[in-house]
Amino acid sequence: MKLEDATPIIQLGEHLLVSMQGDLDDRAVLQLESDITRSVSETQATGVLLELSGLTIIDSFIARVIARLAGMIRLLGAEVVVVGIQPAVAITLLELGIGMQHLRTALNAADGMALLHEIRE
Amino acid sequence: MVLAIESPESVCSIDSEASLVTVRARVRATAVDLGFGIVDQTKLVTAASELARNVLRYAQRGRMIIEELDNGDRRGVRVTFEDSGPGIADVELALRDGYTTGDSLGIGLPGAKRLVDELTIDSRPGQGTTVVITAWDS
Repeated sequence: MKLEDATPIIQLGEHLLVSMQGDLDDRAVLQLESDITRSVSETQATGVLLELSGLTIIDSFIARVIARLAGMIRLLGAEVVVVGIQPAVAITLLELGIGMQHLRTALNAADGMALLHEIRE
Repeated sequence: MVLAIESPESVCSIDSEASLVTVRARVRATAVDLGFGIVDQTKLVTAASELARNVLRYAQRGRMIIEELDNGDRRGVRVTFEDSGPGIADVELALRDGYTTGDSLGIGLPGAKRLVDELTIDSRPGQGTTVVITAWDS
């Protein structure tokens, strides 16, 4: 994994913001999955905002890891909102046969944060 | 008449997870070069990623060949994925949504087929598989 592809996990109050960037190889995606899960557990975060605008493709493997990650975060007692999927990536995911209907989504990071706050109230 | 241009740098080996990143970058560069729009680029790159992953998953190694096409009217690209793996016993079944022999969602092949204009499979059990996808600028 190249250094510029390293994905920062930023704590914002009781939420975590994760902005996935670049063309991630499988190992980087799996590493990120375990890093995020560990961060949620360590920080006792109540919500995670997964910001995906930096991903130029999401294939079935990456989609499956994102879905599994969302499931794990929920098991840890936190909420997940996915934001920023590029329109071309969304069209491709649907044609590929991956709807991701079970994920909570929002248009952008601000809406996503608002949604995370709303869910907790 | 379809004119195909194959240059030496258009062959890319697939032998590790890191190859997937190279495959995606090469296919993206070709699609950009051909003037494909962002949606067509993304579909083609995603299809290539699925097929390259199949090569890794089922055959451990293989190669990808990119050829630029020109039919006089439109420009396109043909991408071939070759391996000497176990082959596919029932190609029709493999193209069905949800069917998988590996640890996956079973959407790789049928999903990739939906993302491009044409997908053909030539497979001989015990000898290997060749999957060819073609996409034209829309």
